[in-house]
Amino acid sequence: MIEIKDLHKSYKVGKSSLHVLKGININIEGGELVAIMGSSGSGKSTLLNILGMLDVADKGSYTLDGVPIKDLDETKAAKYRNKFLGFVFQSFNLINYKTALENVALPLYYQRISRKVRQKTAMEYLEKVGLAEWAVHLPSELSGGQKQRIAIARALAAQPKVLLADEPTGALDSTTSYEVMQLIQEINDEGKTILVVTHETDIANMCKRIVLLKDGVIIEDKKVTQVRASEHV
Amino acid sequence: MFNRDSWQEIFETISKNKLRTFLSGFTVALGIFIFVILFGFGNGLKNSFQEFFVDDATNIMRLFPGRTNKPYNGFKSGRVIEFDNADLAAIKKNFAFQLQYMTPRIERNSTVKFKNKSNNYGLRAVAPGHQYAEKTILMKGRFINHQDVINKTKYAVIGRLVENDLFEGEDALGKYINIGKRSFKVVGVFQDDGGDNEERYVYTPYTTNQLIEKNTDKVGQIIVAFKPMIGYDGAMQFEEELMAFMKKRHDISPSDESGIFLRNVADDLEQNQQFGSMLQMVVTFVGIGTLIAGIIGISNIMVYVVKERTKELGVRKAIGATPRSVIAMILQESIFITTAAGYIGLFGGIFLLSSLGNSLDDYFIKNPYINMGTAVFATILLVIFGAIAGYVPARRAARIKPIVALRDE
Repeated sequence: MIEIKDLHKSYKVGKSSLHVLKGININIEGGELVAIMGSSGSGKSTLLNILGMLDVADKGSYTLDGVPIKDLDETKAAKYRNKFLGFVFQSFNLINYKTALENVALPLYYQRISRKVRQKTAMEYLEKVGLAEWAVHLPSELSGGQKQRIAIARALAAQPKVLLADEPTGALDSTTSYEVMQLIQEINDEGKTILVVTHETDIANMCKRIVLLKDGVIIEDKKVTQVRASEHV
Repeated sequence: MFNRDSWQEIFETISKNKLRTFLSGFTVALGIFIFVILFGFGNGLKNSFQEFFVDDATNIMRLFPGRTNKPYNGFKSGRVIEFDNADLAAIKKNFAFQLQYMTPRIERNSTVKFKNKSNNYGLRAVAPGHQYAEKTILMKGRFINHQDVINKTKYAVIGRLVENDLFEGEDALGKYINIGKRSFKVVGVFQDDGGDNEERYVYTPYTTNQLIEKNTDKVGQIIVAFKPMIGYDGAMQFEEELMAFMKKRHDISPSDESGIFLRNVADDLEQNQQFGSMLQMVVTFVGIGTLIAGIIGISNIMVYVVKERTKELGVRKAIGATPRSVIAMILQESIFITTAAGYIGLFGGIFLLSSLGNSLDDYFIKNPYINMGTAVFATILLVIFGAIAGYVPARRAARIKPIVALRDE
């Protein structure tokens, strides 16, 4: 599903440049649930940004679902993001003046899907994350866990190939974190490829594979026995 | 870009961000409103100005006799020039093509008496043409006519205030008044837009006055009206020819500046019009200033609005909004709000102006109005600048990488 070869990325810091990613090679198959771990400054967020086409690599190739991702302008990147990727952020990033349902329906708006179908699909995904009865509520009326579940529903609504989650549990307490991870596991069980960036070991252990980054290189890449989140709830 | 869906999205955004909508809309509405009001007041001032200064006919020239200051043709300098009936006839004959009408004006002061009331008034002995030269409006009766001039009748036309002063509500028409020692019949009462002073005159036929003054043929000053169709250049040429003609008749050196004076109202008119156009410039300047203030206001708000929405725009981009659709959304929204608000401000202003009407006459603002074209143009201008003001930050926001916009503070 994702193929990365010899990926380099450096940022200019004043006159010198900071080499953040120093040749990343990784293959992720469809249906995997991968945790990307590392301390801050290890390059894990940069890697995720490049995977999410929010940033462009200096060197190396990136193929997503058989499509080489290169020469991206903003418009093309936006289309690919909409088609291939779903994002889940640490701070949810819901649009605060839109209801839960409207938030979930928004990616479909950018796919030019008709309003009726949008509403219907969005409602299905809300049901899927168990928040159908909160459809007309604004994000400010929801708890953190509920917000993240809405965000996951939104990420899924566009039916992406890959779900990218950047510290999805970073702003949540552990009980809520496990609930969210349970949802992510369930989605993964249905076959969706999911990448989770985290620095919490217990969250990483709920994935099927852990990639450990340090100073811009992968120092460890191992399959783990998945801990089911439901055991903790 | 303009499909029903994107409108729905925009109406949703507008209706859920009422404060933001109100702020940007209010700026535009207020800007247009003030522009319309100020511009209208400016026009009102101009109206008052025109009423004050453009009271007399604009196609007349006045010839005043003077005193020569150069010897010429065997005459010494310092000779007093006087016009007489022969001058009138000569002008009439020689300038038939340019001439519309002409009238002499002999000015005197005289005691005017009716029954036991009397007062001192300006007396003007004139020909019928004088009525047009001064734009005298007859309230009742008639003005001096040709028969009066030919027959040297003792008829008088009196000002409204003369009637007020002497007749105390009585109808003056047909009554006899004493001008000096002689009795005149009042044949007309007039009013004049030039103000109160203009309504304290008494008009009589100039021939009658000549008869009274020992049958003289002197006429005082001569007022000549040219045909308007000869235009400004024609009038200037006529002025030159008339002056040369009169100087020759009275043996005045062509270079003598003081033998005859000529005042051309066309020149005054030009001056007045210059003053008027300066007033117009001030009005325009104020209008442009208001518009610029409005544009700056809407620009500030748009910058603020886009800044406030940076994160939202980042989210939209992350879930698939193209930069173009982001810009289009912001522009569509801002244009919609400014247009709607501009419309409200425009009609609010016009409504206020028209409901004011003439109620501000005392403040020299007469019949304030704004040209619909100007008002609509100003509104469109503000909408365009609102859009540009929105476009610049919108483009920047659309260029920002979502990851930057979404960075947690």
